[in-house]
Amino acid sequence: MLAALLLPLLLAAGPGRAGAGRERRDALREELLLSPLPAGDVAATFQFRTRWDADLQRGAVSHYRLFPKALGRLVAALGVRELHLALTQGFWRTQAWGQPPLQAPAGAELWVWFQPTVTDVDKAWKELSNILSGIFCASLNFIDSTNTVTPTASFKPLGLANGTDHHLLRYAVLPREVVCTENLTPWKKLLPCGSKAGLAVLLKAERLFHSSYHSQAVHIRPVCRDASCLAVSWELRQTLTVVFDTFSSGQGKKDWSLFKMFSRTLTDACPLASQSKVYVDISPKNKEKELLEVTPPPVSVHEAIVQGDKRTYAVYDLLSPSLFNTSRSLNVQLKWKRPQDSSELPTPVLHAQRYVSGYGLQTGEISTLIYNTHPYRAFPVILLETVPWYLRLYVHTLTIVTKGKENKPSYIHYQPAQDRRRPHLLEMLIQLPANSVTKITIQFERALLKWTEYTPDPNHGFYVSSSVLSALVPSVIAMKDMDVEQSPLFTSLFPSSDGSSYFVRLYTEPLLVNLPTPDFSMPYNVICLTCTVVAVCYGSFYNLLTRTFHVEEPSRGGLAKRLANIIRKFRGVPPL
Amino acid sequence: MGLLSDPHCRRALSRLVLRLNTPLCTLSYVAGLGWFLALAFQPLAPRTYMSENAMGSTMVEEQFLFGERALSYAREFAGHKKKAGGMPVAWLEKTMWNLGLEVHRQPFSRTLPFPDETRERYMVKGTNVYGILRAPRAASTESLVLSVPCSEGPHNNQAVGLMLALASYFRGQIYWAKDIIFLVNEHDLLGMEAWLEAYHDVNITEVRSSGTLGRAGAIQAAIALELSSDVITSFDVAVEGLNGQLPNLDLLNLFHAFCQKNGLLCTIQGKLQRSDWDSLPAYAHSLQTLLLMVLAQASGRPHGDHGLFLRYRIEAITLRGINSFRQYKYDMTTVGKTLEGMFRKLNNLLERLHQSYFFYLLPSLSRFVSIGVYMPAFGFLILESRPGLLALVPPLLICHAAGLALYFLPVLGQHVATQHFPVSESEAVVLTVIAIYVAGMALPHNTHRVLAGGGSDRGWMTLKLLALLYLAVQLGCLALLNFSLGFLLAATMVPAAAAVQPNGPKVLLAVLLVLATPAVTLLLGIFLQRELVEAPAAVAEGWQLFLAAVAEGLLQHHLYGSLLFPFLALCAYPCWLLLWNVLFWK
Repeated sequence: MLAALLLPLLLAAGPGRAGAGRERRDALREELLLSPLPAGDVAATFQFRTRWDADLQRGAVSHYRLFPKALGRLVAALGVRELHLALTQGFWRTQAWGQPPLQAPAGAELWVWFQPTVTDVDKAWKELSNILSGIFCASLNFIDSTNTVTPTASFKPLGLANGTDHHLLRYAVLPREVVCTENLTPWKKLLPCGSKAGLAVLLKAERLFHSSYHSQAVHIRPVCRDASCLAVSWELRQTLTVVFDTFSSGQGKKDWSLFKMFSRTLTDACPLASQSKVYVDISPKNKEKELLEVTPPPVSVHEAIVQGDKRTYAVYDLLSPSLFNTSRSLNVQLKWKRPQDSSELPTPVLHAQRYVSGYGLQTGEISTLIYNTHPYRAFPVILLETVPWYLRLYVHTLTIVTKGKENKPSYIHYQPAQDRRRPHLLEMLIQLPANSVTKITIQFERALLKWTEYTPDPNHGFYVSSSVLSALVPSVIAMKDMDVEQSPLFTSLFPSSDGSSYFVRLYTEPLLVNLPTPDFSMPYNVICLTCTVVAVCYGSFYNLLTRTFHVEEPSRGGLAKRLANIIRKFRGVPPL
Repeated sequence: MGLLSDPHCRRALSRLVLRLNTPLCTLSYVAGLGWFLALAFQPLAPRTYMSENAMGSTMVEEQFLFGERALSYAREFAGHKKKAGGMPVAWLEKTMWNLGLEVHRQPFSRTLPFPDETRERYMVKGTNVYGILRAPRAASTESLVLSVPCSEGPHNNQAVGLMLALASYFRGQIYWAKDIIFLVNEHDLLGMEAWLEAYHDVNITEVRSSGTLGRAGAIQAAIALELSSDVITSFDVAVEGLNGQLPNLDLLNLFHAFCQKNGLLCTIQGKLQRSDWDSLPAYAHSLQTLLLMVLAQASGRPHGDHGLFLRYRIEAITLRGINSFRQYKYDMTTVGKTLEGMFRKLNNLLERLHQSYFFYLLPSLSRFVSIGVYMPAFGFLILESRPGLLALVPPLLICHAAGLALYFLPVLGQHVATQHFPVSESEAVVLTVIAIYVAGMALPHNTHRVLAGGGSDRGWMTLKLLALLYLAVQLGCLALLNFSLGFLLAATMVPAAAAVQPNGPKVLLAVLLVLATPAVTLLLGIFLQRELVEAPAAVAEGWQLFLAAVAEGLLQHHLYGSLLFPFLALCAYPCWLLLWNVLFWK
């Protein structure tokens, strides 16, 4: 609506200010956040944000500069309001690594909000996943009705939205998707500078996949153009998170440098970028002692409250000329002053674990443990479970137990599965008391598939995608409302509702469940055996049962009688 | 076709079978035994081969060089173990953490149904410690386990040392696709059962455990390691698990392949493989190995920590380092290389081990007898062709009541027994078992006379028919699950069962029947086993072993859910009593 009002205005302003206006109309910000994790690993989060002050929906846009045309046209053609695609290899270990800036489930995750003008959402969704599959060389074309759900509460639009009719939302996860360089290359090609300049020079596939965790994502959403929010801009965020295992590469020493991790150093910013910064998390882990040391010494320090915690970041601005005065390249290094102990590991406020319990191939149980380690605050969490149809959930066995007592969820949305058509969807709003563990269990029965429905390696098992936890976690420190345009990118993807809590989305482990599997060399044996059984046993039994037995009369006067009968036949008299 | 549908032919056939019944029975029994004996003949047993492609074709170059480090870890562990007077939990946790593993501990406790005298334990408290190596870029959906029991005394220190050295080496590698769990379990099988139950979040036995557990998805395979010396001369592999379950043959093949690659000597049932096969001693040797395996499997006892994994469909074997008087010794590096190779190949697995055999007998490590080959031996044994049911209800009920008493009373009545008799609890339990067993034979077996129509020839024949059918069904089912047990019971019980009848040489038949009872089979099995391992037992020692075995069987049932004791008490024993009933029909 807003865009419609603004369109004439833009058109009027267009021709006159073409030269200067184009600079302003799309902008690229690039940013790298390096954070040492509690267990000693290092997480590197790249964010590239392209903001374009144009309305893609109108279809009036034909000239693309920084914004990738492939994605722009996709948004325009299919009526996409918001698109989030993440391709992840590995699993973010919340317990050891803390809360991530951006988490994604193992495999491929895609969730999309469509415009209210889209009439056939399912068709658009199908088309979209097929196109994205081509763009990112991923098996997104395997997204179909058996793994697509429409959550009602877990996923809210992250950008500008009027109305949240969840029928316009589609969500799917492919837990088996393997992410590799073939997915990285098209992702890199979407960047305005490619991997030629700026922070993207660090994106060397060989190193990125020599890590513990690799997650790349694309987020497209409409945002406010300015503080008054009268016009819409489109934002494309490309994020990439890698976790480097400093333990195994450093022979037990946990020191690291950019060169050690990426085997490259930074020499310049991307010429198209309006901002290019490297942030290093140097917040002291415990109060009294400084544990780490960064070189070169940072020019400036940024303090922010991230995820309920006060953090300090060393900032290196690649656009400031002073940075490359002393040396030609920037190689950030970090040294631990003393080794850590296991006791120093902080536990995140919210973390979860999920597993399959029981044994045997008939039934099983999915158990989810959700931990709230906050000392005195309770908070609610929304749990979303998507379970494939071939695990038949027994909803009456759903139990939620906290501290030995039953915990009644205040909201439940359950959509039963239909065989071969759609998965189970279970959404619950659960209150987590302070300092508690909540155990959610639900039993299931393993279905016997048709023999053509098994995957090529059936004994590997079948994946159940991660469940999603969304929560507003109470913050220890009050947060200020920040200006999105000024603050670093890693703090600004999720809108913070108020100052007292922050939004966290967590994914649990995917599960691998074995189904009863036939021996696939068996059909031949079975055919042979069945044929034999039918022929020998059934045949002779059938023969015995259906045969009518007559008492055989002894024949008397054989030849004479027959002759007499022939004569009688000729005469038309009944035979003897 | 005509054979069955033609009445003349059918009549002739059944007449033939009836007339030749006894010779046919004997013949088939002898054929069964003969077939079984022939299984050990090498040319009849095919060579083992790797069925799983993911493990067969890939080459692995082992690079483990840290045998010395393993020994220093072992010494350190031994020192801390001595200081702590048990498992050094804190030291293990710290060491594992420093190796870069994710460390968890699991305290557990278990009160035994009655004191275990051979291991001297009753109320058991312990802690399992394990570290998880998280595979890079994997979502913890699959894992492998290397488990080492931490036993009392100086046993197994080297195994812990080697495990830690392997963990430190594995941590530096990037090729892992499955998480690896390094587990040190206290109180051997009890700890293992506690850990497995907690990991799978089930409670089958009454183990209580606490603590939050780290998990690593579905366990694909496990290897239990036992090592008690700095150098070894050979590796012995144990395959028999709980209730006679066996791991997939591919896991054994994998072990065998790596032993051959590294030139390690490996044995099964403590028997080395002979290179020749065409001589009589070679045949006797493989028959000995085969019989030992049959006895071990029939006992239904887990022969190592791996045995408990099998219930959860996790393929597992136990490797025991043996240090004997042989000349060639192998150091920790070679042993470590073997394990490294096995783990790397298991890591390559895409699917669970499922390609190869689950039912087999091993006359040697490189030869196997598959289910298709050994089943006829059993089939011949139970091939029995022999031809007013109300009268049979009382004996049936009585026999099963005796079985139920045998199953429940010993453990329930132990306190009463200890109060009235000067015996300890475990003695009380064992003696009650034997007492009830014997008392069952003296039960009034003439209840059928109360009812009309009993006491006739027809009555006992029907009862015998019923007993024989019952026996055949039982043994048939059993042989599918645990061939060895089924075979042993069939070999002993079938002739007596077939011969028993009320009008005949009663004393002779009674002796024969008593010899065929499962308890006597157990006793004879113990003597045979001692004979086979070349350490014959005297009569008194044998009796002691027998008592210990009964107690063991009961404990196994209560601690790990072994099915041998309930089977004998609730199925085989009542069935035998029915036959006893037939004998004293008049």
